[in-house]
Amino acid sequence: MASLSLKNIWKRYPNGYEAVKDFNLEIEDKEFIIFVGPSGCGKSTTLRMVAGLESISDGEFKIDGQLMNDVEPKDRDIAMVFQSYALYPHMTVYDNMAFGLKIKKTPKDEIDKKVREAAKILDLEKLLDRKPRALSGGQRQRVAMGRAIVRNPKVFLMDEPLSNLDAKLRVQMRTEISKLHQRLGATIIYVTHDQTEAMTLGTRIVVMKDGVVQQIASPQTLYNEPDNLFVAGFIGSPQMNFVDAVCEVEGQDVYLKAGDYRVPLSPEKGKKLIDGGYKGKEVIMGIRPEDVSDPASTRAKNQAVVKGTVNVYELLGAEVYLYFDMCGTQMTARVNSSTTARENDVVDFVLDTDKIHVFDKETEKAIAH
Amino acid sequence: MKSNSLERNQKLRTAGTYLFFIIGSIIMIFPFIWMLLTSFKTVAESMQIPPDFFPAQWIIDNFKDAMASLPFGALYKNTILLIFWRVVCAVAFSSMAGYAFAKLNFKGKNLLFSLVLVQMMLPSQIFITPQYQMLAKLGLTNTIFALVFPGLVSAFGTFFLRQAYMGIPDEISEAAYLDGCNQWQTFVKVMVPLTTSSMAALAVFTAVFAYGDLMWPLIANTDLKMMTLSSGLATLRGQFNTNFPVMMAGSLLAMIPMVVLYLFFQKQFIEGVAMTGGK
Repeated sequence: MASLSLKNIWKRYPNGYEAVKDFNLEIEDKEFIIFVGPSGCGKSTTLRMVAGLESISDGEFKIDGQLMNDVEPKDRDIAMVFQSYALYPHMTVYDNMAFGLKIKKTPKDEIDKKVREAAKILDLEKLLDRKPRALSGGQRQRVAMGRAIVRNPKVFLMDEPLSNLDAKLRVQMRTEISKLHQRLGATIIYVTHDQTEAMTLGTRIVVMKDGVVQQIASPQTLYNEPDNLFVAGFIGSPQMNFVDAVCEVEGQDVYLKAGDYRVPLSPEKGKKLIDGGYKGKEVIMGIRPEDVSDPASTRAKNQAVVKGTVNVYELLGAEVYLYFDMCGTQMTARVNSSTTARENDVVDFVLDTDKIHVFDKETEKAIAH
Repeated sequence: MKSNSLERNQKLRTAGTYLFFIIGSIIMIFPFIWMLLTSFKTVAESMQIPPDFFPAQWIIDNFKDAMASLPFGALYKNTILLIFWRVVCAVAFSSMAGYAFAKLNFKGKNLLFSLVLVQMMLPSQIFITPQYQMLAKLGLTNTIFALVFPGLVSAFGTFFLRQAYMGIPDEISEAAYLDGCNQWQTFVKVMVPLTTSSMAALAVFTAVFAYGDLMWPLIANTDLKMMTLSSGLATLRGQFNTNFPVMMAGSLLAMIPMVVLYLFFQKQFIEGVAMTGGK
């Protein structure tokens, strides 16, 4: 396994388009790194630059301290699992998994041993003689994983490997990938646009937008302390509620005034706003749906109450999403399914003021969490 | 009542379709039947007006005369060699060129591919004079190479296999690179096996075209022993009169290689015709 270093990496295409801008990341041995972001954010391009399938326009990419910019993909000792699996259609499962080793002229008995070991781990033993077309999506995905495992590479790259699977299988394979990481102790870079995959699999997550890294942090940190409005909105489902507000200061107390409502902030958050010179300025207040509740189920110590009419009631089994308007903005509350609130009911929604995030309206950067 | 009339209409439609195809088949097969029957007729019978469909006597002398008039052994050998080398060269070179145009990035790729397309659009006859001059200056007329020469590379084959390679997702070749393959290994071990059906189709198309090619073999090789079946048969046609029964017998004998090929590669023939749109 290996450590990776990406310093000031840029990807510019001949037409001038910059797909990746000044990407910096140090990856420790055995880390499970997730690149996440919307389509076209540069996450797959970065992964392909690591694989050597795309050239690096500028910057330095090293594996174990060795510069890799001009090293051929075959010489990087990297394995990749593609979104489409990219299995060789004319080869059996066994041959697909053995192909890389055959190219390296590994002795036959060693190839056989490694392929059968990987097949055992991935429960593919009975499918070794089949061709890819005779496999289901999940089985193909496992063969693609097996092909990567047998080579015992320094780094595993996975480009949206679960996006072609149905929802149930995706959850199952997510768990298997997680187990595999623990078992192999491998360094993995995993690209996804699914933030649930990102949150559940990664030791660290790189959030990207328009080719620029927005934040690199652990899943917990990303969720609780997003660096900016984009990360706050991208991570979490349903996404964080955002309301335009004005920062008001009365003595030592700081409030966020949104429409007719005044939401008090904790002294720590208030101090950050005062120190940042936000008194009287417009900011964006953010609060996650689980921190907005109905009076019956709230457990917030410090509260602010806003009145709203329920527009939509969505029952998800264990919980309910209630959609309502606050100051012209649609808000989502994630409440217990025992709630009595229904569509068109006027409800006093409780905001947990300790969980409020405040963002600069111009720079969209976080001011306080 | 309704279902009865529906059933009757459906049967009528099916009968109409069958009738259409049966008539079509008769029109298609009639020249072949006529050739077969003429080969057993006398010269007088073959020229008779109104013609008799069947010969009065089934004579096989025409076949003997045809075999005496032409060196069939040499013609078969030349035709088989022509087909073999044209197929090998067309498939090998078109495959490599098609792969390069489909999957590799290099300067001038689009310009070069445009030139390939231009070659496809021009009538092949305009190349005959320069090709003959080249061969004549090299002293290579009346050789097997002279027969094969215009088919060494195939613009159609390049275009056809480029389309086949373009249909293969890039991830497949990228997976091969990451598995340790270089460009040549990726081509030979991964890409070529994935285009075998297209190559077979191109091989069939090339073989049929090479077999039926008349003009170039007539020009390039004037020595009867270096001619192909098609050009050799053409020599049976006289300026003032033609012995049609002997010519038809010769044509039947000339069909043997293609019939044998068809029997062995029936599936590929049908696929090839379907994929290339050839006849």
